[in-house]
Formats: sequence, C-alpha cells, structure tokens
Amino acid sequence: MNGKPLASIVSAGLSKFGKLEGLYAREIFSEAAKEAFDNCPKLDPRKDIEALFVGHMGESFEHQGHTGATMADWAGLGHVAATRTEAACASSGVALRAAICAVRSGLSDVVMVGGAEKMTHRTTAEVTEYLAMASDYPFEQWNGITFPGLYALMATAHMNAYGTTERQLATVAVKNHYHGSMNPKAQMQKEITLETALSSRMVAWPLKLYDCSLITDGASCLILTKPELAHRFTDTPVHIIGSGQASDTIGLYERKSLTSIEAARVAAKKAYGMAHVKPEDIDAAEVHDCFTIAEILAYEDLGFCKAGEGGKLAESGETKLGGRIPVNTSGGLKAKGHPVGATGTGQAYEVYLQLTGRAGKRQVRDAEIALTHNVGGSGATATVHIYRRS
Amino acid sequence: MSEQTPFTIEQFYKHIGQGKLLGAKCRKCGKVHLPPRPLCEGCLSKEFDWTALPAKGKLLTYTIIHIAPTQFQASAPYAVGIVEFEKDLKLPGMIQGVSLEQIRVGMNLTMEFGTAAAIQPWPQWPKYYFKPVTN
Repeated sequence: MNGKPLASIVSAGLSKFGKLEGLYAREIFSEAAKEAFDNCPKLDPRKDIEALFVGHMGESFEHQGHTGATMADWAGLGHVAATRTEAACASSGVALRAAICAVRSGLSDVVMVGGAEKMTHRTTAEVTEYLAMASDYPFEQWNGITFPGLYALMATAHMNAYGTTERQLATVAVKNHYHGSMNPKAQMQKEITLETALSSRMVAWPLKLYDCSLITDGASCLILTKPELAHRFTDTPVHIIGSGQASDTIGLYERKSLTSIEAARVAAKKAYGMAHVKPEDIDAAEVHDCFTIAEILAYEDLGFCKAGEGGKLAESGETKLGGRIPVNTSGGLKAKGHPVGATGTGQAYEVYLQLTGRAGKRQVRDAEIALTHNVGGSGATATVHIYRRS
Repeated sequence: MSEQTPFTIEQFYKHIGQGKLLGAKCRKCGKVHLPPRPLCEGCLSKEFDWTALPAKGKLLTYTIIHIAPTQFQASAPYAVGIVEFEKDLKLPGMIQGVSLEQIRVGMNLTMEFGTAAAIQPWPQWPKYYFKPVTN
C-alpha cells in the first residue's frame, strides 16, 4: 500500500480552453466552478467551502490585480478566505500545495483550489513580454531573452550533450495533438504530422511554432477535503498521496545544469517519497510541456527514463495513449492549451478524470496512480503531485 | 573595514559601463558571485571583495530569437547565449559580430562593453555583448 492520503479531491471543473472572446478571467473561472459544483450535489458550496486558493499569473493581461477575492466573488463564494498564488506557470500547482496544507493543518475542512488566465486578447508581442516577466529582469529580459528563448537554450544544451534531435522534439508535439484530438475542451483538437511540426516557422531556434504551447484563455478548479470526510461528498474521491514543491535560481544562467530542471527533480523526490511510489508505478502523468523540450526534460527529471534518454523515450511511443506510461492524455499545454495560472489545477483535473474513469476516448485503462508536474518559468518553481484512485 | 561600493546589480552595471567585468568574492568562504549578491550563497556572509574576471569565455548554449518582446522587435532575429567565464560563473547576453549561421556551442567569445542603453525609461543600465575572439 502506498502513502496515506494528504487530502482528497471530491469534484473538479474545467472551462473550455481556447480563445474565449468577450470573457474576462473571472467569468471563465465561474464556468469552471459551476462544473465542480454541479458534479457534486452533496456539496453546498456556500456553506461547505471555507477557503479558496487561486493561481493567477499576470496583472498585465487584464490590468487586474487582487484576483484572489475577485475569483472568490465570481465563483459565488462570498466571504470565503481567498488567497491568490503567483508562481508564473506553476501558480495553481503552488495553489494546490497551499490548499493541501490548509486541509492537512485542520484549519479548513473543505477548500476550493483553482486557477484562471485570460491571454488571447493581447498581441503575441505583448504576451511574450508579459510572460517574460517571470524570468530574470536585469540579465535575461534585459538582453531580449524570451520564454521560448530560455527553453531553446535548454534544448540546444540538451541536443549538444545527448544528441537529442529536432525530430524527437516534434514527436512530442505530434503525440500531444493526437491526445488533444480526443479532448472536447482542448484548444486544438486536430492531429498534426511530423512534417507540419518540423516545417513550422521559427520562434526561438531550435524551437518552432509547433514546439511551443498555446496562448489560451481558461480556468480550472478542484474541491478538496480531508480524506476522512471525502465520502460525505462522493463515492469516488481521488486521493492526493504525495506533494513536492521546490525552488531554484530565477536566472537560468545561474543554474548548475542547463539540461535538467533541478527544482522538478527535488519536488519529484519529495512527492515520490511521501507517496511511497516509484516512477514505474505511475499509470498516467500530466507534465509541463510548455515547450516540447520541457516534456523531454520532464521524462528525465521524473525518472521515467535516464538523463539524456528523453528524446528516445518520446520517439518510442511509450508515452502515447496505450503505451507504457501515457503522458499528457489531455493534450497537454501543447494542444489542450496553456492559460498559465490555470494550468496546474488543469493538469489535476485531467488526472481526476483518469482516476475516476471519466476520460472518455482518451481513458487510460485501469489507471490507479497518476502524477502531475507543473513548472514555473524556466524552472525556478516546480510542483509534483501524486494521486491514487479510491 | 574600509568603505566599499555596494555589492549590487546596479554597481555591477556601473562597472560594465567602465569596461570591467567584476564579480564579488566572499571574504569568508571564497565563493565568487557573478552577478554579485548581498548574501553569500555559500555561507550567508555579507562581506565581499570585488574580483576582476577575464571578459572572455566559452559559449555553453545559444538560441536565435525570431519572435521578440515588444521592445526588441526591431532587432529580431538576434542571437543570445550563455557564456561561462570561469567554472560556474556565467552570464547570458546577445551575441554579435558573427553571422547567425556561424555560431557554435563551445566557441570562444569576449565581452564587449556598451554605453548606457535607453530602450526603456527604467533602469538605465549599460549594455554588454558577446563577440567572437578575433585573431
């Protein structure tokens, strides 16, 4: 038997991901909240939910700060204790960790955790600039380095050290678009070919358009409770049995390794230890594929393969639905979309579907243990969570 | 203790403006920080001395930015990379004075010092660039 549950998910919600014209982040968040409420008739949201933790990255997108209370208000939660967390693209992974702490501490019996971001109304240059704010300003942004640029620096280093190829990177995109074609909430629901990916326009060499995740509007949420209370709300809770969070230098250039995200390795080690599971026990994983190289690094950092073998694992097909360890069955950030603040709990939503047998065409058969891996920026924040079906 | 300039990012860039690459060496444990920081990563000491570093190093990795943020759009495509000056002492920066196709991991680059740049109103830091070593 693996680790003791830290907290249990009794319901979850996810808005449509994509270009949601005319909708503010708060309105998108209420769509996700409504799904979570409707799927849990035994929950009285206004009476039972004591706190909200919400990941939201950028004030710049909507010129809106103070988004913890804003999301609580728009989810209809009135005077609930609302806390917004910001850790770039790991904002809601960090919110999830905070929500687990709230439940574990005994301070709250039932909490909501989620995330939201509105991005598509901005130009690509504006989005590039706002996202770059999550990197080091005085040396990285000051020298014109973008987020695709930071991951491109890791890709070049990985290719140089291990012989990883642009073709291997592209196989990640092809796989995740294939998975996205089975997800009705994904931003991109069309399969692509290797040739399409390889011939797409350059963003930050060697990363091309199809190596990059999408600019997306979206929101996600979960309802968490103490494991001993879970059956009051549902017969099919999903237990969180491991949680790891770690930090690293804000500047990529100050890290020891340019071919691994050390914070993810540290977070994974903690989560595996807490859950008493090993990488080979994982039946399904949602990993932070903000760029194709990031999924390859994730394979290595999470122990799905050895350092340097991520490109080969991608090519082997073992991470595709039906393979040894299906990764990003939702379509990932690559095809489902990447509304940055909503991504961490959006990954948990997919795992919740998988472990309750509700993932439809993309269901991983007999999935029992799953993992989410959420990275902020170029790796200054990482969270890893491990889940078990009840 | 003698009066010292502060070990700050601003002071680092003042040195760049004077054509010098200086790191901060911890007086207690000897660890060198590039860029400087107020607390030693090795031993949490606050006492440092400036130490001159050779303004040349090896290119560890690079990329060519095609989609640039608003304020750099006019320069795209441009190359940026991470250069290692001494073991574990690295900085990122733009690579100039070489065609984009000729940039290679492992090539030797020197740091060139610019004057104050004025892309944005804040802050007004001088620029540095990396250029290939000319024989």
